[in-house]
Amino acid sequence: MILSLCIVIGSLLIIIGLVIFNGGSSLTLEMFTQTSSGGYYLGRGGGILNAIIGSLILALPATGLAYLIGLGISLYLQKEFTHTQISDFIRLSLDILWGIPSILYGIFCLMIMAFIGLGTSLIAGIFALTLLEIPIITRCMDESIKMVPIELKEGSYSLGSTRIETSFKVVRKQALPGIIAGVLLGLGRGIGDAASILFTAGFSDSIPESIFDSTAALPTMIFHLYSSPYPIVRERAYAAALILVLIVLSISIISRILSKRSMRFIIR
Amino acid sequence: MGNDILIDKRKLFDFAGKKLMILVTLLISALFFVILILLLYKSMFIFNSHSIAELLLSSTWNPEKGEFGLYSILIGTLLVTGISLLIAVPISLLSAVYIVEYAHGTIRRILRPFLDVLAGVPSVVYGLCAFLFLVPLIKDFIAPFFGIESTGLCILTASITLSIMVFPIIISLCVESFNAIPIELKEASLSVGATKWETVKKVIFRASAPSIISAILLGFGRAFGETIAVNMVVGGIPRIPTSLFAPGQTLASLIASAYGEMMSVPLYESALMFVALILFVVVLIFNVLAVFILRRAKKRWSY
Repeated sequence: MILSLCIVIGSLLIIIGLVIFNGGSSLTLEMFTQTSSGGYYLGRGGGILNAIIGSLILALPATGLAYLIGLGISLYLQKEFTHTQISDFIRLSLDILWGIPSILYGIFCLMIMAFIGLGTSLIAGIFALTLLEIPIITRCMDESIKMVPIELKEGSYSLGSTRIETSFKVVRKQALPGIIAGVLLGLGRGIGDAASILFTAGFSDSIPESIFDSTAALPTMIFHLYSSPYPIVRERAYAAALILVLIVLSISIISRILSKRSMRFIIR
Repeated sequence: MGNDILIDKRKLFDFAGKKLMILVTLLISALFFVILILLLYKSMFIFNSHSIAELLLSSTWNPEKGEFGLYSILIGTLLVTGISLLIAVPISLLSAVYIVEYAHGTIRRILRPFLDVLAGVPSVVYGLCAFLFLVPLIKDFIAPFFGIESTGLCILTASITLSIMVFPIIISLCVESFNAIPIELKEASLSVGATKWETVKKVIFRASAPSIISAILLGFGRAFGETIAVNMVVGGIPRIPTSLFAPGQTLASLIASAYGEMMSVPLYESALMFVALILFVVVLIFNVLAVFILRRAKKRWSY
């Protein structure tokens, strides 16, 4: 048993060690200040600023959209709005959507893009990531909204507020820690996903100027760099991976801190 | 008078808000039917010239000549997923038992966030580490040890990578279900003289069997649909693999690598949509099974 645990922890430590060790040695300031235009893939100078910015402008709007839609759904799943059977069915379908491989979301968006005649673009990537994040964010918020004590809602109703007012002003605040955790979980998943944006956001060397331009992102950048015949370029894939892991790690730490902080606003 | 208007406004807002929420919820619930129908519609084109049996049972994948046999790719997918679960399931089960039953509180407190973080590491990072570490390791040491030539890009590498990726999922689900077992059940077993291991084997594993099965099914779904990490290490050659050290191809990885050339050959797109359809249906079945087993278990095993 200890052996198997050691295998698990060991393999995971190897991964983190590899990324930190190899990525740290080839991490330069240039990577954050320059875009990868020119001969970056051939080993010449440049950076991955376009991928870092691309990741952020893909994942942040997607998370915002998924939050708004997810909030609507998870508040709707409360007992005041719908029958238990219907909400059970919706929860089931969300659980299943959560398990669907992200490449299928990419394919789905690709079909819609072909239908309306849109090429690979920022907006298509945002759409794919939003779809990917909605089930995650909604289910997490739903779990914490379920826990809101009925007395609190009854208190709000007895003062004459409507269901929407109660949902958005009382329930939402009471469930805040869970909502924050869910949103940041979705953000972490969205920023690290490559398969869904591979076809939809495409790839480019520069920072996109409009929402109809293709854009690079950190995961797709790693995917393009790793198989290079030049060792120096492969090192850069590690550095990009290190940046990505650091972003994901800090999202997870921020999520813990914020969740703890927002506990203060809860009425027990 | 002014008060009435205010109340009307609030009622209107309540009404509109509810309708908006219903709309959003319906859209999302309809999403997977829409995906299913679109995939079916798109893969119709290939059924006109190829029968389903031909697609599934022929093993020549040669899009330029219009041959779309998926048999070798299906075998590759099953091999990669199966082997990865063979590695991952025993190891994660034993780790979960250790975390719940044997480990000290401090170890548990450290391991929890550790596993959470690892579940969040992007798959492309796993793929990268496997490509630059595991591939040379297998090429230079493990394959020669068995007397086989290998490039390192093979079924085994992909399986090991996948098994590392599903560790956190299976472990955290199992830990959760082991923790939910009432302490009286364990105490009863220990008090009749069973050793700790006997208790684990006969009480804990049995009582949480449905949750373990659903955790494995969820892990299977994840491994089956994993795209990027597998694409990076599996070799990408659509042939029936002759040994564990031979390259292969999986369904999800095929879509990712064939995307670039798909527009040039007619029927190719349709064939890929059929691949996506298979992927979707299989993952759907496994997820539904997992969810139902878990729900059943919650009803039946409520002590």
